[in-house]
Amino acid sequence: MKDAIYLDHASTSPMHPDAAKEMAEALTGQFGNASSIHRFGRSSRGFLDQARQVFAKSIHADPSEIIITSGGTESDNTAILKTAEAREHLGKHIITTSVEHHAVIRPMEYLESKGFEVTYLPVDQKGRIQPEDVKEALRPDTILVSVMYGNNEVGTVMPIEEIGAIIKESDAPAYFHTDAVQAYGLLDIDVQRDNIDLLSVSAHKINGPKGLGFLYVKDGIYLPSFMLGGEQEMKRRAGTENIPGIIGFKKAAEIMMAERQSRRERYRELAKKMLEELDTLGVETEMNGDPEHSLGHILNLHIKGVKSEQLIIHLDLAGIAVSAGSACTAGNIDPSHVLTAMYGAEHAAISESLRISFGMGNTVEDAVQTAQAIKNAADRLKKE
Amino acid sequence: MTDNSKTRVVVGMSGGVDSSVTALLLKEQGYDVVGVFMKNWDDTDENGVCTATEDYNDVALVANQIGIPYYSVNFEKEYWDKVFTYFLEEYKKDRTPNPDVMCNKEIKFKAFLDYAMDIGADYVATGHYARIERDADGTARMLRGVDNNKDQTYFLNQLSQEQLSRVMFPLGEMDKKEVRKIAEEANLATAKKKDSTGICFIGERDFKQFLMNYLPAQPGDMMTIDGEVKGRHDGLMYYTIGQRKGLGIGGGGISNEPWFVVGKDMKKNVLYVGQGYHHEKLYSTHLNASEISFTTNEDRPDTFRCTAKFRYRQTDVGVTVRMNEDHTEAVVEFDEPARAITPGQAIVFYDGEECLGGGTIDAAYNHSEELQYV
Repeated sequence: MKDAIYLDHASTSPMHPDAAKEMAEALTGQFGNASSIHRFGRSSRGFLDQARQVFAKSIHADPSEIIITSGGTESDNTAILKTAEAREHLGKHIITTSVEHHAVIRPMEYLESKGFEVTYLPVDQKGRIQPEDVKEALRPDTILVSVMYGNNEVGTVMPIEEIGAIIKESDAPAYFHTDAVQAYGLLDIDVQRDNIDLLSVSAHKINGPKGLGFLYVKDGIYLPSFMLGGEQEMKRRAGTENIPGIIGFKKAAEIMMAERQSRRERYRELAKKMLEELDTLGVETEMNGDPEHSLGHILNLHIKGVKSEQLIIHLDLAGIAVSAGSACTAGNIDPSHVLTAMYGAEHAAISESLRISFGMGNTVEDAVQTAQAIKNAADRLKKE
Repeated sequence: MTDNSKTRVVVGMSGGVDSSVTALLLKEQGYDVVGVFMKNWDDTDENGVCTATEDYNDVALVANQIGIPYYSVNFEKEYWDKVFTYFLEEYKKDRTPNPDVMCNKEIKFKAFLDYAMDIGADYVATGHYARIERDADGTARMLRGVDNNKDQTYFLNQLSQEQLSRVMFPLGEMDKKEVRKIAEEANLATAKKKDSTGICFIGERDFKQFLMNYLPAQPGDMMTIDGEVKGRHDGLMYYTIGQRKGLGIGGGGISNEPWFVVGKDMKKNVLYVGQGYHHEKLYSTHLNASEISFTTNEDRPDTFRCTAKFRYRQTDVGVTVRMNEDHTEAVVEFDEPARAITPGQAIVFYDGEECLGGGTIDAAYNHSEELQYV
């Protein structure tokens, strides 16, 4: 029995020891400013270029198409706000979905307040949008379509390739942005196959450091820089590069690419085991999400009749870290907009769902121990 | 020393110094302490900022200093249904409710207690200034806090034995100064935070303004018992029996003494005022109370003698309590006439240090005459 089991990798993940080691060495050893002419600068510049190549390869892009950012949020904000700024003259209509991460939703709301019109596509009960809906929503003044690659709460994978094809065929002057923060590291993302123009990635979800990510910007697209200052990132993102972090991120991305396939299979096994255990223990559950189109590492479960708010506290006190569909922070209840979009606001799943997300280091024993802990807590909480 | 590590105590943490020290003391005694912040009222302002978030941040700071897990729970609905609705209903009847008594009875030691039990608590603890003494047979007796000035048993009088048996009040043995000192010595983030004042959901805001948002004010005449009009009142609900401030009338007359609220007539919408602190209409010989509740399940005669408080921080007075058959209502007779009995407030019984329970004041009498207080 472990004292603590971490099953919240969709929230953030621990750094891979190899990535941490390289980063730690670079923290003291690789301090040069990559913009400097001298040897210290050139050395840092070398690492930066190598990293950019790794990131580009990981999504089948060219290194010149990669802008390194402070993470998923900055990448999403840049893609959305700067597309709006650059293409306002072509139209003020944007299409997105009702289940995006807040790093997409909030910039959309901001643009709405500035006179843009945003269409939020609905999802089905499995959390998926229909490609035809994108087709129908496209207009001559649509300048951006932003659809997440895989959902961070329920793990549903969106029909990105179909959407990419639809946008490519349409006459709308729309860029195609996808928030791939959750999918990167689990799926083979190919920006050419999927006709993606803009793509956001975060380092800390793939066992890299926090505070780093990148934005893929397809060759030929010009977006004004979000951060103004120096001429880093080919004038597309000002600010001295976090070289040690980028070195850690690069290592994590390399490991991820080598292990992606096997990791995903292992997470699927763990999820299967967990479901079997819960079933054997007689815990009544219903899966939220789409088993046919799933990222694989997220198991979002409606645990019937058990308030998730209390359940996660029980599990935490038992040493098991998961997250809930609805968060209660500072006493404020924040119902999941994803589950609400899937089921409507009144559905019991909204207050009774648990998000379990697997990652590096999780074992079958973790799944078994967690299933038992859920059973114990559910029994106690259902007694009322 | 006993091993307390298997005993889980869930502490209601408000982000104030009292509950911070409560958690600290229990942790030092080796208990398995869990801090929980309750949000009972939504006071989000136009900028989306609410004091609850600031208070929760203080809970997080302190809990991490002490080394305990902390969570939050929302009881806005329960608070609205059980406390705020009662509060407004009482004001509608021109009575003066005591939301703190109701909050303890329905929220802190019911909704919260249930919640704490759900997350595996053996006990709940709060930063109230009261003591719990446990008899050999397991009976929990609630005693006054040692700091007489802070004693909060008045607000806890409605707690039942079932509730008290699962409660700890670690601050009951100390005075406020000691609590502050402990907080300062431990360098707790809340050590210098000032105490909250007033009713929690109103906070520092103007009481009249607050009430006006929920209840229509009906201004009317302010007059003496003899019918002499002395001015206008803003609405009977804004006034409490015995109140001096805010009447807008100075002394005058032969005595030149200040004026006090001495009665209310709901039907005529008249506020009665009288001159002098010791105005005869302010004195009662006995009162009627309902919602009588006791802190222990011991057998009790229909009539007994004890001491009582009919307002917070008052010196006890000697009383004789005569209860009805099922002990839910009582006539409470004062040894000496009592001033400014206020319908809606609590009457609380004591036997020496022990708080026996109490009830809600419904009416006051001067011998056979019912005083026109509501």
